[in-house]
Amino acid sequence: MNRNLILGALLSALFLAAALVSFVWTPFDHTVMDIPAKLQRPDGVHWLGTDQYGRDIFSMIMVGARTSIAVALVAVGIGMALGVPLGLTAAALRGSFLDELIMRGNDLVFAFPSLVIAILITAVFGAGAVNAIIAIGIFNIPVFARITRGAALSLWEREFIMAARVAGKSAARISAEHILPNVTNLLIVQGTIQFSLGILAEAGLSYVGLGAQPPTPSWGRMLADAQTLVAIAPHLALIPGLAIILTVLGLNLMGDGLRDHLDPRLRVSRA
Amino acid sequence: MLRYSLKRLLSLLISLAVASVVIFLVIEVAPGDPAAIMLGINAQPDTLASLRAELGLDVPKWERYLNWVGGMVQGDFGTSYTYRTPVADMIAARMQVSLPLALYALTLSTLIAFPAGIYAAARRGRGGDMAVMGATQLGVAVPNFWFAMMLVLLFAINLRWFGAGGFPGWDKGLWAGLHALTLPAIALALPQAAILARVMRSALIDILGEDFMRTARAKGLTRRQALWRHGVRNALIPVLTIIGLQFSFLLAGSIIIEQVFYLPGLGRLVFQAISARDLIVVESVVMLLVFAVITVNFLVDIAYALVDPRLRSRT
Repeated sequence: MNRNLILGALLSALFLAAALVSFVWTPFDHTVMDIPAKLQRPDGVHWLGTDQYGRDIFSMIMVGARTSIAVALVAVGIGMALGVPLGLTAAALRGSFLDELIMRGNDLVFAFPSLVIAILITAVFGAGAVNAIIAIGIFNIPVFARITRGAALSLWEREFIMAARVAGKSAARISAEHILPNVTNLLIVQGTIQFSLGILAEAGLSYVGLGAQPPTPSWGRMLADAQTLVAIAPHLALIPGLAIILTVLGLNLMGDGLRDHLDPRLRVSRA
Repeated sequence: MLRYSLKRLLSLLISLAVASVVIFLVIEVAPGDPAAIMLGINAQPDTLASLRAELGLDVPKWERYLNWVGGMVQGDFGTSYTYRTPVADMIAARMQVSLPLALYALTLSTLIAFPAGIYAAARRGRGGDMAVMGATQLGVAVPNFWFAMMLVLLFAINLRWFGAGGFPGWDKGLWAGLHALTLPAIALALPQAAILARVMRSALIDILGEDFMRTARAKGLTRRQALWRHGVRNALIPVLTIIGLQFSFLLAGSIIIEQVFYLPGLGRLVFQAISARDLIVVESVVMLLVFAVITVNFLVDIAYALVDPRLRSRT
């Protein structure tokens, strides 16, 4: 175990716990406005203060964690569910027309930054958390396809795969039974990184109004609401920002730590 | 080299064609007839028909697609549904903000990342390296629009060194324009600089382990001379690739940063167009951004092959 992994896992677990606990308990109801108690600084009652409508920020951060984690998690799921089979197929049929087609398709999707995909989807279907998930998810597909293909290609040259082929296994079975288990570590590490990128993307989309819509709380929207008040109530902007940074930092540290932990060869070469 | 370039050029053209079809089809799915939206609910059928003809909406889909692409090739992006002005003019006006902003940010990012990455690689494993790597770890975790808000809070509201937003226009002078773009450019540059510094560091560390670096030291160069003459120069190849790729991310990223600083760039144009359902503007701006990404990637590929002949055989 290394320090990065422990620190990262702790930070990530903290926000995951906040999101889960928010389903059953928050200090206050995050939707209830209490205008007389608006714009309070953090104190014993409102641990992180209140916003311009008197809503409890601590509760909003907890529920916002739910939105961020859900959007990013589903987006990574979409990317993996479509990208990994595509990558495995491309590697199994390496050099074929289909391989070329999949890889060129990947390049094409890469040309659409997730923000641009979100703009397109929003222009047509309107803004919302589901559309944000789709936009970030589409962007994740080529990431996983590429990394799976790259890792699978070198595996296909190895002796144990050769043995499986001699034993008469089909390319599809080899991909599922021998290639996939051997790229899982890589996918977990990449998944952690994409998860953190997804949280940043969700925050950005919600900030410009293309993500979660009211009344769904979201860290990005809290920041958008805080913008005009930043001079008189800086804590409104500071707190959701710190929540994003700590979550992303935790996931990135966990990803780095996992990579070192799962691949001992890297420990030597990085030192 | 020529063969390789032609091959890449062909794949560039195919990518652009497919991207344009995808964008066109997605926008086609959008509900509502633009002409009806422009005229409102009380429109007479014959005015509606004539406007549809004027906008080129009365022809089959494939013909509209060809007109759209054919127009863009000649610099004609169509006419905005809401402003009734040529989309090309609107985009050109907004690019005067977005393009300089992206280039400014790219310059800043490079100026920060190069020294940081080289310094970290030279002190690999020691305190200085740890500090730089910690800072980059933080840099990639900070959302740039939040960082932008903090910059406004500190430098515009508290210290009053900069305005909190808006853009005076280049006719007020180069200095006034650059001054207005400084905070946005810093906000945009920070996460990119963190990524670039990491790439610079790891590229340089790879190079430092090469045999020719030992040779350079053996022939009597000091550690510093060897680092600069043989190390940094060789590490530049992967770093330049990343810089090329970052340009397109900066252009897209400026869309969000423009919202923080109320800058009249492409980003604000796109969001106004979305809320006004001015889909032809959305369509053209998205195509332009995708065009920029694909073209920059193409140029990076070509530049890479020019520098490193081994890549030419590998397509």
